[in-house]
Amino acid sequence: MEIFDLTLIWAGIIGFGIIMYVLMDGFDLGVGILFPFAPDEDSRDVMMNSVAPIWDGNETWLVLGGAGLLAAFPVVYSVFLPALYIGVFLMLAGLIFRGIAFEFRFKSHRHRRWWNRAFCWGSVVAAFAQGAVVGAYIQGFAVEDFVYVGGVLDWLTPFTVLTGIGLVAGYALLGASWLIMKSEGYTQAWAYRLVPRLLIAVLAVFAIISLWTPFVDEAVRERWFGHLHLIWVFPVLALLCALWLWRAVQARREGQPFIATLGVFVFTYLGLVVSKWPVIVPPDYTLWDVASAPESQLFLLLGMLFVIPIVLAYTAWSYWVFRGKVRVGEGYH
Amino acid sequence: MELDPLLLSRLQFAFVVSFHTIFPVFSIGLASYLAVLNGLFYRTANRAWERLAIFWTQVFAVVFGMGVVSGIVMSFQFGTNWSNFSLAASNFLGPMLSYEVITAFFLEAAFLGVLLFGRDKVPQGVHLFASIMVALGTFISAFWILAANSWMHTPAGTELVDGRFRVTDWSAAIFNASFPYRFAHMVLASFLTGGFVVAGVSAWYLLLGREPQANRKAFSMCLWMLLVLAPLQAVVGDFHGLNTLEHQPTKVAAMEGNWETQSRAPLLLFAWPDQQAQENIVELGLPGVASLILTHDIDGVVPGLSEVPPEEQPPVWLVFWSFRVMVAMGLAMIAAALIGLGLRAKGRLYDHRGYLQFMRVMTITPFLAVLAGWFVTETGRAPWLVYGIMTQAEAVTPSLTGGMALFTLIGYILVYAVVFYAGTLYLTRVVRQGMLPEPPHDDEVERPKRPLSAAHVPFEDAANQPGRS
Repeated sequence: MEIFDLTLIWAGIIGFGIIMYVLMDGFDLGVGILFPFAPDEDSRDVMMNSVAPIWDGNETWLVLGGAGLLAAFPVVYSVFLPALYIGVFLMLAGLIFRGIAFEFRFKSHRHRRWWNRAFCWGSVVAAFAQGAVVGAYIQGFAVEDFVYVGGVLDWLTPFTVLTGIGLVAGYALLGASWLIMKSEGYTQAWAYRLVPRLLIAVLAVFAIISLWTPFVDEAVRERWFGHLHLIWVFPVLALLCALWLWRAVQARREGQPFIATLGVFVFTYLGLVVSKWPVIVPPDYTLWDVASAPESQLFLLLGMLFVIPIVLAYTAWSYWVFRGKVRVGEGYH
Repeated sequence: MELDPLLLSRLQFAFVVSFHTIFPVFSIGLASYLAVLNGLFYRTANRAWERLAIFWTQVFAVVFGMGVVSGIVMSFQFGTNWSNFSLAASNFLGPMLSYEVITAFFLEAAFLGVLLFGRDKVPQGVHLFASIMVALGTFISAFWILAANSWMHTPAGTELVDGRFRVTDWSAAIFNASFPYRFAHMVLASFLTGGFVVAGVSAWYLLLGREPQANRKAFSMCLWMLLVLAPLQAVVGDFHGLNTLEHQPTKVAAMEGNWETQSRAPLLLFAWPDQQAQENIVELGLPGVASLILTHDIDGVVPGLSEVPPEEQPPVWLVFWSFRVMVAMGLAMIAAALIGLGLRAKGRLYDHRGYLQFMRVMTITPFLAVLAGWFVTETGRAPWLVYGIMTQAEAVTPSLTGGMALFTLIGYILVYAVVFYAGTLYLTRVVRQGMLPEPPHDDEVERPKRPLSAAHVPFEDAANQPGRS
């Protein structure tokens, strides 16, 4: 039976799902965060139209990941959600308002200002909550015998506030570099101006978090300053991507900034993964401690192996169909 | 006052799930109706069927979209408020809920887009196929959810090892004892919901004299369907009740307001159950009828609530009255269908204004019946969450405080109030606009995973609002 380590396969699936979600919902949340700062209402139309055809598929990864966690790593589900109780509520409320705003902004003229606000605040709150989740994960949870025993607001610390702000800035950066690729004229010029500022903010938060994390978690300190020198490749690559982003914006490249920003995110994510691996419910539980029964992991794996290629194909097809620039007052070309 | 996280979590779950349920129950019925309309158009090439299909597809898109939005919260509720239950039941519950997500995604990516946007872009046969697949997909979604729910009522195919359920037999767990009855009852409820809404809206159009040809067709076909399904639902409901009597006798005792085990148990038409005193304060009943219904023998012995200690009884008044609301709605539905048959025989089905008004009001009844029915089955299980094995008190998140539970309860009520208000307002606009010869087009991008983008009705009256036909 033990030919494959199902837990490892599932860790791969969930890990892949998380980074897909962060990258894809990240830039459309970023567009929402930047919404109030846009030059004018025409720009906002362009911004919204640039994500309207694809954001729908993006949140699939969130739902798939949530249900997959319950099935494959139930302790993660049953510890993280109670521990982050208010954060989860805020994130869901944010995402719902955002989704509704997407639908009704197009259909409404008189109340468009309100839907703009709902879109922006929904995005900011959801992004902050997700950043705080990352911080809470680094901090660890008070768990006894697989049950969360801490308080409801334990997650809210200066550290998680910082990671929350960090992700808001990070998503805004993703959104801005996305807009460089998808827009033109003064909207694009505005996005070009934004990227360097946002990059500096993101790098500042990134530096503080990197310096702070070893103090929050001793195991992380051990890993980074122990014998595993190879893992330094990830932060170095992340910084190289940041440098590439800076250069690409200076050179007024259109597609490269977005790719470079994706690189910053991917390598930061991998850096986080190697910091903690294989601990998934810090400080004590590894992936194998929190896994569900093998027969349950196998039962669902069959469905996942069927649906993931379809999700990827659907996503790729959507991006292909809606490639190219978005222009004011026009649909897609 | 001490805030009880258990009670507040129960209220929150009841609120969220009740709010959510009304959308899928409607969209399941409507999806099948669309498949029928598209099929009829395919067979007869009569444009009236197409007009109806185009209009009801817009309504379906809005309702489906609302269901998706309100459903996201559901998948997190288990973890935030019922973490002990999530952990214990994850080996079964996780795969069931995940398969529902997989089904829904596959359905949306592959077929919903063709149904909503492909009418003029793909061959008619392909469009009909997509329509049938969407209808089928809604049943498969319901299948997974009801399998998970039914397992909580009649657990099977699992064993408890170190506080967690392990699945020993998947098919026994999925096709557990109450599942076939619950599934059949729910599918019929969806058809009745779709039928009464379509009939009600058609009746309203007929009252206004709008599109009489198409709306007569819709009204007539719904009433034929209701004439068969409303009585059939009563029969299926009876079988479901007998199944419940076998596996959850306490719930049936609460439904009947029956405190003592007795033969010739009366069918109570009215009673005020007093849980403290363990008796009914006033009661008015038909002697022996409950025994007759439940055991098919007037002298049959019907179990009473006193078989279990008071702390293992559900809140009797809630179960008792919810059951009566559901049955009353069911009887009203049967009556509505029969009156329709009588008017049809006299040739007055389409112009009896009183009846058309009555059918307009009847639109609300299937929703009330569905909610009342779920109240019966869910509260009637109390204090158990997994029947006979895990209580609600054992299942609730241990770290949750009353204040936090209250905060999110109010929060969800506010969020859903906005969503519901915007959605219902928009839905009324779609219905008011009705069947336009040429649906107005904005430059919005149409996407299957954003079903609302299939509805092109503007939110407010624009200056160039197209006139009603």
